Amino acid sequence: MIIELGHFALILALLVAILQSVLPLYGAQRNLAGPMAAGRMAAIAQFVLIALAFATLVHAYVTSDFSVANVAENSHSDKPMLYKVTGVWGNHEGSMVLWVLILSLYGAALAWFADAMPPRLAARVLAVQGMIGVGFLLFILFTSNPFLRLDPAPADGNGLNPVLQDPGLAFHPPFLYLGYVGFSVAFAFAIAALIEGRLDAAWARWVRPWTLASWCTLTVGIAMGSWWAYYTLGWGGWWFWDPVENASLMPWLSGTALIHSAIVVERRGALKSWTVLLAILTFSLSLVGTFLVRSGVLTSVHAFALDPARGVFILLLLVIAIGGSLSLYAWRAPRLEAGGLFAPVSREGALLLNNLILASCAATVFIGTLYPLFLDAVGGPKLSVGFPFFDRTFAPLMVPLLIAVAIGPLLAWKRGDLLGALQRLWAGFAVAIAVALIGLYVTGGGPVLAVLGLALAAWVGMGAIIEWSERVALFRAPWQESWRRARTLPRAAYGMSLAHFGLAVTVAGISASAFAVERIELMHIGQSIPLAGYTLRFDSIGKHDGENYSADSAGFTLLRGDHVVATMAPERRFFPLQQQTISKTAIRTDILADVYLALGDPDGKGGWAVRAYWKPLTPFIWLGAIIMALGGAVSLSDRRWRVGVAVRRAPKAALPAGD
Amino acid sequence: MSWRRALYLLPLVLFAALAVYLFQGVAPGRDPQLLPSAMIDKPAPDFALPELLGGGQLTLADMKGQVVLVNFFASWCVPCRAEHPVLMTLSHDLAVPLYGIAYKDKPEDSAKFLAELGNPFRRTGLDQNGRTGIDFGVYGVPETYAIDRDGRIRWRHVGPLDQAAIDHELMPLLHRLGVP
Repeated sequence: MIIELGHFALILALLVAILQSVLPLYGAQRNLAGPMAAGRMAAIAQFVLIALAFATLVHAYVTSDFSVANVAENSHSDKPMLYKVTGVWGNHEGSMVLWVLILSLYGAALAWFADAMPPRLAARVLAVQGMIGVGFLLFILFTSNPFLRLDPAPADGNGLNPVLQDPGLAFHPPFLYLGYVGFSVAFAFAIAALIEGRLDAAWARWVRPWTLASWCTLTVGIAMGSWWAYYTLGWGGWWFWDPVENASLMPWLSGTALIHSAIVVERRGALKSWTVLLAILTFSLSLVGTFLVRSGVLTSVHAFALDPARGVFILLLLVIAIGGSLSLYAWRAPRLEAGGLFAPVSREGALLLNNLILASCAATVFIGTLYPLFLDAVGGPKLSVGFPFFDRTFAPLMVPLLIAVAIGPLLAWKRGDLLGALQRLWAGFAVAIAVALIGLYVTGGGPVLAVLGLALAAWVGMGAIIEWSERVALFRAPWQESWRRARTLPRAAYGMSLAHFGLAVTVAGISASAFAVERIELMHIGQSIPLAGYTLRFDSIGKHDGENYSADSAGFTLLRGDHVVATMAPERRFFPLQQQTISKTAIRTDILADVYLALGDPDGKGGWAVRAYWKPLTPFIWLGAIIMALGGAVSLSDRRWRVGVAVRRAPKAALPAGD
Repeated sequence: MSWRRALYLLPLVLFAALAVYLFQGVAPGRDPQLLPSAMIDKPAPDFALPELLGGGQLTLADMKGQVVLVNFFASWCVPCRAEHPVLMTLSHDLAVPLYGIAYKDKPEDSAKFLAELGNPFRRTGLDQNGRTGIDFGVYGVPETYAIDRDGRIRWRHVGPLDQAAIDHELMPLLHRLGVP
C-alpha cells in the first residue's frame, strides 16, 4: 500500500511539474503576478511530493519488502541497514528518483529565495526547472518505474553488488547528483536570460552562487568516487578514465570554466554569450554524463542494466533539452553581445584563456569517451583509448593552464602588466625550479613529467600564497595594517586563494604517484619484505564472518628498523550470495605517504599473494580536492551573495559593477 | 546571414551531428554487446601471435578441435581488471580452455598484470599492433569470443563478462555445443 502511495505521489509530481513549466512562463510573458506565484508554489509542492515518493521507496528497502520488484532485485534481508538505505540509489530506477528529488530540491530552494530576485527572471527560471522535471518524471514513470510490484513476492532479494557495499560509495552518488543537477539552475538561468534577451551583472551574481555550490558538491563527489576506487579496487589506482568517471569529469571541467567566466560577466559585462553557452553545455554534459551510460550507447563497468526502449527515450530527452536550448541560443544569443573591451593581457584575458583550455580539456575527454561510437561510424579502429590516449592529450593541456593559474589573479582588469606579474612571482618561480632540481636529483633524473608536475604544483601553490600576500601587503606594510587587510579581504578572495592552493595540492599528489614503489610477492607467515625504507612482516592469517560475507583476514606489521610503526589487516571478503570476492585493503597513512596493502589469492601451499605499495603524496589528491571544495564554500559565504545584501543591491547591479 | 550569426549556430550544428551518431548507437537491432552478425558463425580470422610466456607462437590452429574461449585484454584497461576475477573463476569451473590475447599492450605490462591478478589463461598471445584485434573486429577491451570445434566464432561478448552473460548466454551455448 505504501509503495503505491509513492507511485501516486510521483504521478502527482509530474502533473505539478507540468503546471510549473507552463504557468510562470505565461505569467512572466504577460507580467501577471498570480501565475508567477503559482510557479513558486508548484516548485515547493513538487519537492514535497517527490520527497514523499522517495521516502516510500526507502521504507520498502528498510523493511525489505520483496513484493516490490526493485527491492527484490537489488536488496537482501541480510544486508547491513546502512546499505539497505543506500541501496535505494544503487540501481538505475532508484538513482533516477534520487536525481529528480535533488532537482526538485533545487527548484524548491530557488522558489524559496525567489523573493530577492526580479520576479520575471525567477518565474522563467522556475519554469525551465519545471520542464526538466517533466522530462525526467516521464522517463521514470514510463521506462524506469521503481514502484512496480512482483507477484508472487520472492522469499529474499538478489542483494546489492558487494563492490557497492561501502560507505565511500554509498554517499558518492548523492554528492555527484547534487553537483550534476545543481548545474540545472545555471542552465535555467541561461535559458531565462535568452528568453528575456537580457543579461546583466545582476544575472551573473544570481547564477554564481548556485553554480559554485554545485561545483563544490561535484568536486567532493568526484573525489569520493576516486578515493573509493583507490581503497576498494585493490591495485592502488585512483582514476581510470572509465566512461562513468569521465562523465563526472566533463561537467566539472566546464563548470569550472563557468564559475570563472561568470566573474567576467559580473565585473566587466563581457563574455556574455560565451557564459550562456557554457551554462547550457555544462548541464548538457551533466545530462550526457548521467544518461549516456544508461542508454546502452556506451558500455562501462559501472553500467546499469540496459533496456533499448530506455535508450531511445533518453536520447529523445537529450535531443529536446540540448537541441532545444542550443536552438534558442543560436536565435537569441546574438543580441546579448556588447560587453566591455579588454586587452589580451588582462584579468579577463587570463580568465578567457582558462576557459579555452578547460573547454578543450572537456572536449578531449568527450571525444575519448565517445570514441567507440565515432569508431563505429568511420569503420575501423583508429584510436586506442584509455590511459594511452588521455595521458597524451590531457597532460599537455594542463601545463599551460597551471602556468596561467598563478599569473591570472595578479593581472589587472582591462589591461594587465604581464612583466610586473611575473616579477612578483619570482619567489614562486624560484621554488618551482628548486623543486624540479631536488626532484631530478632524488630520483636520479627519474620520470621527467612527474618532476615537471611537482614543479608546476609548487608554482601554482606559491602563486596562490603570493597573490594573497600582495593583497594584504605582507612584509610591505606594518603587520597591523596587513592584519587589518587580511580581516577585511572579501571571503571570495580567500575562496579563490584556497581553491587555487587546493589545485596545487592535488596536482602534487597526482604527479608524485609516478614515484610509487610497488611490491607484488608471494608471502608466507613470518616472512618479511622491505618496502621503501620500511619492513613489512606477514604475521598471521585468520577467518571471520561479517553480516553477509566471510573473510580471510591477514595480520601484517609495518616496521621501520626495529620500531613498530603500525599493524595492518587487509582482507579478502567472499560474498556467497553473489559468488564474488572483493579485496578490503589496509592503508596506513601519514598524509605525506600511504602504505597500501592488498591481500591476493592463496597458492594453496601456505603462501599468499600480497600487493604492497608505498605511495608518496597520494593523500594529497583528495586533500587538494577537499581544499578546492572548501575554497568554493568560503567564497559562497561571501557577503555579496547573502540574500539581504543582494536585495538591496539588485536595483543598482545593472550598473557596471566595480566593487 | 553574417558569419558572426553563423558562429552562434555552430554549437547546434555540432550537436545535431552528434545526435545522429547517438541515435545510431541505439538503432533497433544494434546491441553494443553483440558482434555485427557478419562475424557470427563465420570462421575465426587466422592469426599467429608470439606468446607472452615461454616464447612460442599462439595460432588459431592450436585451438582447433575443441571449443575455446578467447579473451582480449590489456593491462591498461580498467574493465579488464574488474572482469579478471570472473575469468579466474571460469578457468577453474569450465572444462573449456581459456586463451588470452593481450591487445596493444607492452609484454612486460601484460606479464605483470597476470602475475598480479592471477593467470586464468592456458596460453596468452601478444597482439601488440592490434592487428588480430582488427581482424576479430574488437571494439574495445575486454572482449570475449567463443570459438567452436570447427574454428567458427559462435559468440561474442563486448565489455567485462558478468554472471548474467555467463549464465544466460555462454552456458546455454556451451551446452548446445556439447561441452560437458
